Amino acid sequence: MARVAASRRSFLGHSYNLVGVVAALVILAWTLIAIFAPYIIPHSIGDIVDDDYFGPMRQGLWLGSDYLGRDMLSRVLMGARYTVGISLAAVAIACFSGVVLGMIAAVTRGWLDSCLSRFLDAMNSIPSKLFGLVVVAAVGSSIPALILTLAVIYIPGAYRFARALAVNINSMDFMTVARVRGESTAYLIGSEILPNIMRPVLADFGLRFVFIVLLLSGLSFLGLGLQPPLADWGALVRENIGGLPFAAPAVIIPSLAIASLTISVNLLIDNLPQKIRDRDA
Amino acid sequence: MTNLVEVRNLRIEATTDAGRVVEIIKGVSLDIADGEIVALIGESGSGKTTIALSLMGYARPGCRITGGEINVNGKNMAALSEKQRARLRGTDIAYVPQSAAASFNPSSTIMEQVIEVTRIHGLMSPEQARKRAVELFRALSLPDPEGIGARYPHQVSGGQLQRLSAAMALIGDPKLMIFDEPTTALDVTTQIDVLKAFKSVMRADGIAGVYVSHDLAVVAQIADHIVVLKGGEVQETGTTAQILSAAQHPYTRELLAAFEPKPRQAHADADAGTKELLRIDNVTAGYGAVRGDGLPIIRAVDSVTLVVEKGRNLGVIGESGCGKSTLARVIAGIHPAAAGDIVFDGKELERTAGKRSQDQLREMQIVFQYADTALNPAKPVEDIISRPLAFYHGLDRQARSKRVDELLDMVRLPRGLRYRRPSELSGGQKQRVNFARALAADPKLIICDEITSALDTVVAAAVIELLKELQRELGLSYIFISHDLSVVEAICDEIMVMYNGQRVEQITPDKLQAPTHPYSKLLFSSVPKLDPTWLDGLVRDPELVSQYGHR
Repeated sequence: MARVAASRRSFLGHSYNLVGVVAALVILAWTLIAIFAPYIIPHSIGDIVDDDYFGPMRQGLWLGSDYLGRDMLSRVLMGARYTVGISLAAVAIACFSGVVLGMIAAVTRGWLDSCLSRFLDAMNSIPSKLFGLVVVAAVGSSIPALILTLAVIYIPGAYRFARALAVNINSMDFMTVARVRGESTAYLIGSEILPNIMRPVLADFGLRFVFIVLLLSGLSFLGLGLQPPLADWGALVRENIGGLPFAAPAVIIPSLAIASLTISVNLLIDNLPQKIRDRDA
Repeated sequence: MTNLVEVRNLRIEATTDAGRVVEIIKGVSLDIADGEIVALIGESGSGKTTIALSLMGYARPGCRITGGEINVNGKNMAALSEKQRARLRGTDIAYVPQSAAASFNPSSTIMEQVIEVTRIHGLMSPEQARKRAVELFRALSLPDPEGIGARYPHQVSGGQLQRLSAAMALIGDPKLMIFDEPTTALDVTTQIDVLKAFKSVMRADGIAGVYVSHDLAVVAQIADHIVVLKGGEVQETGTTAQILSAAQHPYTRELLAAFEPKPRQAHADADAGTKELLRIDNVTAGYGAVRGDGLPIIRAVDSVTLVVEKGRNLGVIGESGCGKSTLARVIAGIHPAAAGDIVFDGKELERTAGKRSQDQLREMQIVFQYADTALNPAKPVEDIISRPLAFYHGLDRQARSKRVDELLDMVRLPRGLRYRRPSELSGGQKQRVNFARALAADPKLIICDEITSALDTVVAAAVIELLKELQRELGLSYIFISHDLSVVEAICDEIMVMYNGQRVEQITPDKLQAPTHPYSKLLFSSVPKLDPTWLDGLVRDPELVSQYGHR
């Protein structure tokens, strides 16, 4: 008990711990890089700046060069843009639609609930990589198509999660009171249920973000993601996979980037600041 | 050492999540002689359960015993190691929890769980233990003592389960039993059986006991001494007779006063303005599949007819499972009736709330038993109360804020509470907020579903007083649903007794002494009285008990 109390500090009425703070800083750093990448990259991502391929780390080319002799640092920084941007857009769409549909299903019950649940269960049963493959084969690979595909893949999970939480809240007496008051479904889900499931939904948001980063990287690795010369981190790993025998930084760095972002998000979710609510205060 | 239990200057502290240390038990001392039953009584949060648990050397998570001695049978529980304490628990000291239903493992048989203690402590062989258990079942007057052990916990009733948990505690032959509100969750008719069983077993074996309760009448039946607690300190100690007849401390007097019959507000019976507000005719509702005649298989409410007049109150009383809460939900339109008519303020009401007009919904409000679940934990009090104001009356922000202040004044809550969340309020405060939200709608009829049963006696009495006052000021009518006769008696003009979904009798409070229906007789005679000799002197018609009492 005393040890736990010591490892948590408090700030602005919230208590937090060191791991959470470090994770938040890493995420913040990647976000800033994603926003400002075009202004800070030393070379254009398409320029061949090295005489050799898979060049080592050295002055001027801080992270070495890739399989065509392009600057790895610039490519990783720009890759952050695509990885973070596409994943964030996809996870926002997936969680928003999933959570709203889940709450509606829990509140209205009946045939709407059954139809939604069965339809999304069916969606859930399609393997995600296969689904991505089919869509890309059908409509081609573009950023909007990627975002939508990733979002559609993760809607059923978000829906199930939100519905399970909302069903519990829906059985509480305050929901009955609101319903007998004659409140609309929009009020019930937005004002009565959502505040009560916000924390788990945010945690789920973070988790799903990680899944999407990994799936996007996987799709890019298979060559179905972004098309050259644009490259997200997964694509960077794939195109430089030939550098593996040479221990080239070009293949290690994007892998580390993926790992640092996903692990940080996970750690942040597990160590979210907790509001101190003191009963007697 | 003369007494079995000697607690000296006990201090227990808790750490809040902000790291602040709060003293919850502030230097309590008490003695329990061999074979004596001592009751710890006080409102929730007074530290009675904390003290009872500390007798086993146990402090709940976040709490620690920081000072004092707890001598039980010559051993200081506070100083023993956890291993040594574990050896004493179940053999020297045993514990009977409040909710037996939550304390049994649903996936193994009752017998297995009852004799588990003997296995852990190696007290006797399983065959001996089973034999002993059957003896205990018989001593606790459980039905079918030979066979009940083979059942699973969900196959016996709540009162039986509570007695079985006592058997579980008794099998280790303890010197001290700790009862933590063992009858609070039971019906009055069941409570009597459980109390009688406890008392006879304790007396026969000369076991000392600690009985934690907030119900003075129950305590009066079973305890030799009473210790009154408030805010973690002993307020008053004495024999049961002393406390009941010559209480010194104001809090004890308050507790006693809650039992005295209140002077009823006089109603002009021949009031010309009296007219029908709500009439329900032959309403039937239930659960399960619907049969050919349009009625459900399980009828929770069976052809009930009732009338509520303007400015007057109707009490609905009956044991749990008699359909009284379903009746409330049927009237409010939460659970649509399968048959029958509901006429409110001269107009026929739709059976489902969704089809009623906004004004009809506004004029009839329902207040639920558990304020904990009836208030949205994520919203501050202000938002909870002002929603009906915005929804029904369309008030703007300023008008709402003003009205919230008025409503808080009306239910006697400090205005500063408006910024708090429900979890930061006490039980009584929550119930007042719950009620204020109903008042905000400006209703004509409020259905109160067991609104005082989760509250302490003193707090409940204050809430009832408040309801009466508001009725005088606002001309409301209440339908008051409860299993507690004294509560209904205090506020209602008419009392309807329900049994098994049917209305068995409707009487006025002044005729309570002479109910005509046999079930009403049994129910009314089962309400504990403050008189300590009441339980021993109580003779119930065995035929009545077998017909209506549950086992």
